Amino acid sequence: MILRLSQRLLWSFFTLLGTAFLTFFLLNAVPGDVARVIAGSKASPEVIREIHAKYHLDDSLWRRFGLYLGQLARGDLGHSYVTDQPVAEAILTRLPTTTALAALAGVMWMVIAVPLGALTARFRDSWFDRTTLVAATLSLSLPAFWLARMMQYWLAYKLGWFPIGFFRHFGDLLLPAASLALLSVGYYARLIHTNMVEVLDRPYVRAARAKGASETRVLFKHALRNALIPVITILGMDVAGMLGGVLFTENVFALPGIGTLAVQSVFNLDPPMIMGTVLFSATLVVGANWVVDLTYGWIDPRIKATH
Amino acid sequence: MALTERNEANREPQGKDGWPPFAAIKIVMSLLEIRNLQIDFGRGPNALRAVDGVSLSLEPGKTLCLVGESGSGKSVTALSIARLMASPPAVYAGGEILLEGHDVLKMKAAPLRNIRGGVVSYVFQEPGASLNPVYRIGSQIKEALQLHRPEAATDAEVVRLLKLVGIPAPELRIRNYPHELSGGMQQRVMLGMALAPHPKLLVADEPTTALDVTIQAQIIELLGELQRQFGMAILLITHNLGLVGDVADEVAVMYAGQIVETAPARELLKRPLHPYTQALLHSVPSLDTEVDRLATIPGAVPRLGGFPGGCRFHPRCPRAQPECTQLAPALIEVEPRRWVRCPWWNPSAWNA
Repeated sequence: MILRLSQRLLWSFFTLLGTAFLTFFLLNAVPGDVARVIAGSKASPEVIREIHAKYHLDDSLWRRFGLYLGQLARGDLGHSYVTDQPVAEAILTRLPTTTALAALAGVMWMVIAVPLGALTARFRDSWFDRTTLVAATLSLSLPAFWLARMMQYWLAYKLGWFPIGFFRHFGDLLLPAASLALLSVGYYARLIHTNMVEVLDRPYVRAARAKGASETRVLFKHALRNALIPVITILGMDVAGMLGGVLFTENVFALPGIGTLAVQSVFNLDPPMIMGTVLFSATLVVGANWVVDLTYGWIDPRIKATH
Repeated sequence: MALTERNEANREPQGKDGWPPFAAIKIVMSLLEIRNLQIDFGRGPNALRAVDGVSLSLEPGKTLCLVGESGSGKSVTALSIARLMASPPAVYAGGEILLEGHDVLKMKAAPLRNIRGGVVSYVFQEPGASLNPVYRIGSQIKEALQLHRPEAATDAEVVRLLKLVGIPAPELRIRNYPHELSGGMQQRVMLGMALAPHPKLLVADEPTTALDVTIQAQIIELLGELQRQFGMAILLITHNLGLVGDVADEVAVMYAGQIVETAPARELLKRPLHPYTQALLHSVPSLDTEVDRLATIPGAVPRLGGFPGGCRFHPRCPRAQPECTQLAPALIEVEPRRWVRCPWWNPSAWNA
């Protein structure tokens, strides 16, 4: 177990290093002088030169990457070139909004997708199953930005149920969270459905019925846990994709979260901030896969045995 | 002797009106009484009849063996006793299944759940697949207790049950997951789980088919032992006639969805009357005589939907007559407690 954990730790480290490397070099492949962005187009050559010196902009890429890594090793994500705010502080102040949005969307997702997947499997080929299939197919073919915009237009602007373009408290997250959840509900409802259909044909499900267990018990205790095993794998791989959804949703609803920060920093051509948000997201993905790995062992005892 | 269908109506009446008055006495005596059970797969003109007019009865504490090849409808019959055949695709098209006098086929969901496990318990063919892989065996047995004997749902009772079915160090085993046990041990756990609610009928659907030969004998022996202790009736589904002599009181032989012969076990083994039973017995290898090739029955079990006309066994029957291809023989009582679905059951009379 310890060997496995340390292996994972090593891999996580290399994943993050690779991400940092790629982002750094891609950023520097973008044409344009960062100093010009910082100082404005009318800045004098002296100012530009000063900025170049301050941020080591004239050094080789490798040297600058080394400097950046050294800074990271000290736990410093650097300062924004544009606002001079520490990157870590910017991320941390926006973290609660993003966390709340993701958590709310996660709960909505779970409350809709899991029962929908389980029940459509139990009543497969019924009108309920067919309707759900159509709705799910629709939901998974909708682009994130379109869905978010439409919901905002109809529910917030036309009906006036939700605020537009500003954010006061947790309750204002309902609409964004719903639009975020809807994106993955369709896909996961069908994924759970497929696994559930397979599991419901297994002998142990029949054995549970033979014991006298109620249908609810058979479905949610005996079958569901088995059906969720493959779903968790996909979920782990899907975290990165879901982060993309968060990014769109936050921007459409103008939420002060990490997604808007990331997009802003790209528009600002603010390298430290871009690096910071990308590395933060990468850490999230790596962390989520750790959690998935641990959950796996808990949900399926046969996996522990092979570790 | 002529083949007639007259007996079918007399012996296996479709409605309650057709029953002779003494049948009422029999209901009280029998723990399980299946009457003219018909199970289809699918509906309408494309429906395939998997079980065609099966009648069986089993008294408390007795053992009935249901014998037949794969596809004969024996498992479908056994599963329908607790209405475990999923519907759809299965359709309970007719007949009655009386458990302690109550028709299982007409039961509502709640009483049916009490019957399942509480009155009739099951042990299935593949113990490894029949135990839920994600729960500890102790908690799976405890669930059966919670459902039917909540007052006894304790670790101590689980340990007692595991000891009863011959699991060594049961205190440690209750925390095991199914995959950590061998096939034989898994089947013992299934048995313990089936017995936990103290059922009156244990349906064992080929309980030893997936196990090693040596383990098979142990499990069958254990079944007999537990029957003596708990006094429950056993319906043993098997395709192995070799088991019949050891455990059964009565035997019913099924072929292509129908019962072709029922008899007390000893009688059947000593003097099988239906040509199919004879062929089955003939193909059980004997230790006493040496043979080059094992005896087999020519041909194969007809597939569901592809049953031949007339007698369903006639294409494989050594005794088949021209009439057999045309007329479906009825199940007739040829001696007390002996029923045969073959008009040529008495070779001496036929030769004369």
